[in-house]
Amino acid sequence: MTAERADVAIIGAGVMGLAIAYNLAARGQRRILVLDAHHLAWGASGRNGGGVRQQWSTEMNIRLMQESVEICAHFAEQMRINVWMRRGGYLFLARSQGAADQLTRNVALQNKCELPTRMITPAEAQELVPELEVSPFVAACYNPTDAVVFPWPFVWGYARAAAKRGVQIRTELPVTAIDRRGDDFVLSTPAGPITAGRVVCAAGAWSPAVARLAGGALPDRPVRHEILSTEPLKPFLKPMVSEIETGLYVSQSLRGELVGGVSLPEEANPDRQVRMGSRLAFLTRMARGLIGLMPRLGSVKVVRQWAGPYDVSPDGNPIVGELPGVPGFYVVCGFGGHGFMMAPVVARHYADFLHGDPPHAFFQAWRASRFADGSAPAGGDREQMIIG
Amino acid sequence: MSRKVILCRCEDVTLADVQHAVKLGHANVEEVKRYTGFGTGPCQGKECLREVARAIAAAAGCPPQQMAPFTARPPLVPTELAVLAGSETE
Repeated sequence: MTAERADVAIIGAGVMGLAIAYNLAARGQRRILVLDAHHLAWGASGRNGGGVRQQWSTEMNIRLMQESVEICAHFAEQMRINVWMRRGGYLFLARSQGAADQLTRNVALQNKCELPTRMITPAEAQELVPELEVSPFVAACYNPTDAVVFPWPFVWGYARAAAKRGVQIRTELPVTAIDRRGDDFVLSTPAGPITAGRVVCAAGAWSPAVARLAGGALPDRPVRHEILSTEPLKPFLKPMVSEIETGLYVSQSLRGELVGGVSLPEEANPDRQVRMGSRLAFLTRMARGLIGLMPRLGSVKVVRQWAGPYDVSPDGNPIVGELPGVPGFYVVCGFGGHGFMMAPVVARHYADFLHGDPPHAFFQAWRASRFADGSAPAGGDREQMIIG
Repeated sequence: MSRKVILCRCEDVTLADVQHAVKLGHANVEEVKRYTGFGTGPCQGKECLREVARAIAAAAGCPPQQMAPFTARPPLVPTELAVLAGSETE
């Protein structure tokens, strides 16, 4: 194909866009182009903590993530790239009875979905992680089949596999305007215009800006989240550990580093700019949180911190499908910090949908039109396990 | 020979590793950092950044002055959690 004409142009070469391209090409779609303003793994796909968990509070998310973890488990073998996947499980800790009750409800639903999560006592949590100071906690839950991966090879793996199937990937090429020409779109880039039959916006927290180019509107907003990485330690921490109330999470990578983050109060951001600077306030809070959680960590050194945007929708659920008012323009955004772990499964179903198959149920639940027509659920089916 | 030339001592990244990364299409400092892990150890690239940038430029056949450094990440030096926890800034 020439760069000037694509049947499907995907804006955003993060894990979501590349995985959609790969799956769509595998279904036989030709002339797929993936565009990105930066290099691979520059955005949130290269900045997240690599957690891949199935412990959610809604049945759809649980089942989707069960499928996603399955894909992840076979990814290295199928894509022939090491993704450093380690299934040490996820341990959630609750300080309040309210959070403990939420975990209990989640576990019942997860068990119904045949996930082996179980409620455990703080003492049992300490057996799993002897370094834990468990006195602040009233309950915990643990699922041994959750995992941690190294995010970057997922991006490269999908990119290589997509390229092998004929997908063209153009990085460092920003789309500066999107115009209509008949049923087609014309994407302006510094390398010249590109005509596209359909456009998929997979730009994560940058999606509202891309949608605006096409004359559409998206209600999601970027929220800065930060992560730190420590010096490598001897393997001691089996599960990803997360505190419900503070949003603190920490895992040990296969390189031995502790990698984790914690929630800070959402900063004022009236212009909805994506901010990725690092703050000392994060280091302070995370250091206090980690030492509170595992007092022995006080002498461990932090070597690096960085930031990335959560892409947060008004009701906490993702936004997918055709954008109202812009026929042929599809979005997949608003994953609220969990787009990386959901990408393998969401992209598979998204590609099937673009290929013409009946849409997965999430297309109805997460439809873009729910905000415009006021049908967004006001809490009923709202996911409670948005962490970090 | 290039297998025995270590450019990043913290993470044991060799000249051959960098050349391989460039061969796979990772032709700038940020991408090679991600692919090889160079510059992610205790020195955070303070010792090796220049040598790796030179090696990338040579392997990619472009002038070294075109190589931009990667984004520097705080803290400036590895810092104990206990020290950070004592900071007044929260």
